[in-house]
Formats: sequence, C-alpha cells, structure tokens
Amino acid sequence: MSLGRTLAAAPAAALGTLGRAVIRALGAAGRLTLFALAAVSHILRPPLYPREFFMALLHIGWLSLPVVGMTALFTGGALALQIYSGGARFNAEAVVPQIVAIGMVRELGPVLVGLMIAARVTSSIAAEIATMKVTEQIDALVTLSTDPMKYLVAPRLLAALLTVPLLVAVGDVIGIAGGYAVATSALGFNPIGYLANTLDFLEPLDVLSSLAKGCAFGGIAALMGCYCGMHSGRGAQGVGRATKSSVEAAAILILAANFLLTGVFFSA
Amino acid sequence: MITLSDLHKSFDGAPVLRGASLHVPRGSSLVIIGGSGTGKSVLLKCILGLVTPDSGRIEIDGQDATRGNRDALLSRFGMLFQGAALFDSLPVWQNVAFRLLRGPLKRPRRVAREIAIEKLRRVGLGPEVADRLPAELSGGMQKRVGLARAIAAEPEIIFFDEPTTGLDPIMAGVINALIREIVTEMGVTALTITHDMSSVRAIADRVAMLHAGKIRWQGPSGEMDATPDPYVQQFIHGQATGPIEALR
Repeated sequence: MSLGRTLAAAPAAALGTLGRAVIRALGAAGRLTLFALAAVSHILRPPLYPREFFMALLHIGWLSLPVVGMTALFTGGALALQIYSGGARFNAEAVVPQIVAIGMVRELGPVLVGLMIAARVTSSIAAEIATMKVTEQIDALVTLSTDPMKYLVAPRLLAALLTVPLLVAVGDVIGIAGGYAVATSALGFNPIGYLANTLDFLEPLDVLSSLAKGCAFGGIAALMGCYCGMHSGRGAQGVGRATKSSVEAAAILILAANFLLTGVFFSA
Repeated sequence: MITLSDLHKSFDGAPVLRGASLHVPRGSSLVIIGGSGTGKSVLLKCILGLVTPDSGRIEIDGQDATRGNRDALLSRFGMLFQGAALFDSLPVWQNVAFRLLRGPLKRPRRVAREIAIEKLRRVGLGPEVADRLPAELSGGMQKRVGLARAIAAEPEIIFFDEPTTGLDPIMAGVINALIREIVTEMGVTALTITHDMSSVRAIADRVAMLHAGKIRWQGPSGEMDATPDPYVQQFIHGQATGPIEALR
C-alpha cells in the first residue's frame, strides 16, 4: 500500500520539481530582461559618465586586443591546415582561402571573440561589481546620489556594444591572416591568388553578420557581468559564485544567440 | 527632523524590524545601540532608501521620505560606512570630492580638489594622501577618508555605521573625537549605530537601544547608566547573563 502510494506520488513530485525549475528560470529571464531594459534606458538618458565610459572602452576594447588577436591568429592557421588535409581527401585543397574566409568571418571570428570576451571581460566586470557590492561601495554610490545602473552598468554596456564588433572585425582579419600565413608558407599557395580568392568569395552579408554578432555578443557579455555582479551574494563566496555564473551564462547565451543569428542571416 | 513610525521589515520571512519608532531632533546626535543582528543597519538603510520597509512611515522634516525627489533627499545626507566603502579605482581626493565632480553639486575639478584637500585636513590627513589609492591606506586612514567624504558636500544629516569597528582603541578614540567635533562644528543631525560603548559616550547626545526589532529604550546619554532597564544595563556593562540571550 505504502509502495503504491509512493509510486503514484512520484510523477506528481517530478512534475512539481520541473514546474518549480521552469518558474525559477522564467523568473530569472524576466529579471534579466528588466535589467537589460533599464540598462539600455540609462544609456539613452543623460548623464553618461565619460570617465567610466572611456575606462570601459579601454578595458573591454583596447586591452582585449592581444588575446583576441592571438586566438584568431592560431585559429585561422589551424583552420587552413584542417581544410587542406580534409580537402585533400576529395581533391579540394584549393578551397582553403574561401573556407578560411567564410569560416572565420561568419562563424569562428564572432564566436571565439565572444567567448574570449566572456572569459576576460564578463568575469572581470562581475568580480569588480560584486566586490563593490559586498564592500558596500554600491550602497555608497546611492548615498552619493549616483545611480549604480547609470554609473556602473550603462558605460560598460555601451562600451561593449561599440567595441566588440570592432574586435570581431580585427579577429576576422587576423584569423584570415593566420590562414594566409600557413597556406602560403607551408601549403604552397600563391600569396596574390590566396588574397584574391579570399576577397572574391566574401560578400557584404558575411561581414554584416559578423559585426552584428559581435554587437550582440558584446551586449550579452557586458550585461551578464553587470547582472551577476549586482546580484552577488555576500562575502568572498558570493563574489566567486557571481563570477562563475556570469561566465557560464554569458558563454551559453552567446552560443545560443549565435545559432539564432546564423539562422536569421543565412537560413534562406 | 527624522521620525520613524512603526517600521517593519522582514527578509525571507524572518522579521528584522518589528515596529521600530524613533525621533531624531534637528541638530542632535543620536546613537543607536544593540547587539549584532538586531536590525541597526537595516534601520539606517531604510531611512536612506537602500532597503524598502514592509510597512511603517519614515519622515524627514515632516515629509514622507519614500516619496518625492530621492536625489534631492540624498543630497542632504552624508554617510560613513562600516568599512569606509571607498571606491578602489579612484584616488583619495576623488573619493572625497565624488559628489562635487558630478551631479547637481558639480564644481570645477580644481575647486573640487581644493575642497577635498581641505576636508582631508579637517580629518587630520595631509595633502600627500590626496593622490594615493584607498588600498594604500591603513584602516584608520580609510575611515578618516570616509569621514571626509561624508562631510565634503556639507550635508545636514550624517549617518555613521559602526565608525570604530576594526580599529585599535587609540584610533577608535581619535575617530570618535573627530566625529564629535565635526557634528558640533557643523551643527548637523547625526545618527550613529554602534555596539562600541566608548563611541556612545563620546558621540551621543541621546541614546536609543534597539532590541528584537524594536526601540527598547531611549533617552539622554546622561541617563543611560542610571536607567533600570535590564536590557540596557546588560548591554552597556557587557554582561553575558541577563534578558538578552547570548549564544555560548
């Protein structure tokens, strides 16, 4: 009898658990959406704090260049090697310039730059804001008549929206250059022919989609860093959790957004 | 000047404030005492709007503090935080002059720096400290910088949250004396929360004891030692036994 009751109650308990998880997820999505809307509204309404904005530009854009450049360079080189050896199986070695270009610009450039920004910038923003929260610096801002959304979130979000597309563009170029270097030095490609093939094959939509993805990924990276930092728990553990959650969430959302945007641009 | 009526606040169903009522007259220095976790910081944060009370009323000069222009209201306040809460990324003078570098009180940068250096001098720090980062200062110096920031915009009301926590007794005495001097000199209304009795004796005109989310006792600081209230007596004498339960 008791076993029968337990078995009968099991589906209801499982549904209950699932329901609570769905409600929690929807609640989190709603809070994040409201946070994003508030952040955007603060970008559109003055004042924008110029010092914080330029510091964010420097931190998110300029200081990310080395890691973005190195990532793109090695990825472009490896891609050229892979396509050459893979293409050799059906006598298609010649497509290396075209596939490197399309692979870097449409997909690998934006995604890898987005993920590197999530690792470097999202974690840094989340840790910084979470530390400010646990040391009462956010409360101090409020008592000094300064809105933390305007002072901390808006400059970082705007800087990411503007700089990450540029980083993606730089990453695309460096990635193609990496492929070019490997193809011309190790795989016997003619330098002029390689460049001509690359330029001929790329279309404006490829570049546009790359920049649009960069903008979206930059926004996600900055928002998740700010959101997790502002909602951090107490103490060192709270800061650690906020940092970890921000990077996980940013990486997953970037990959999901990449899928959606690829569908939007190239599903036809 | 500040009147709290029947303030209630719970966190995740756990009540912290259970009908706290209090009046702070203009120009007076009120110190709220009470054990850890009795709701002192929450009370302060409710007045500042950092925490929204579940019910009750907060009035400043007869006006409901939860309505109206929040920035205008906050511009009347200065606050010294428990850990000083200085902004790590800004040098000391920009921390002190934070309000003077942006917003409605914005001054030219040179003027703001001069005011910051003057306020630093007022709390016993020389101009050589102005360009250092907060992390380069000792705990006592950080508290002084926090105090300088609290008074930089000439507020009417200053809150002090555990001003001597983490300081050695001599530095605590220095900070207490500074607070008393500044409160008297500026004629501000001061509200301090602490469980340090040396702070209470140095700073307070009036004392209120918060226990279990309510104001248990309040009166002039001179009457505190003579009150027969067993809670106050246990607290001010630091006795382990009495009506206030202490975990051992």
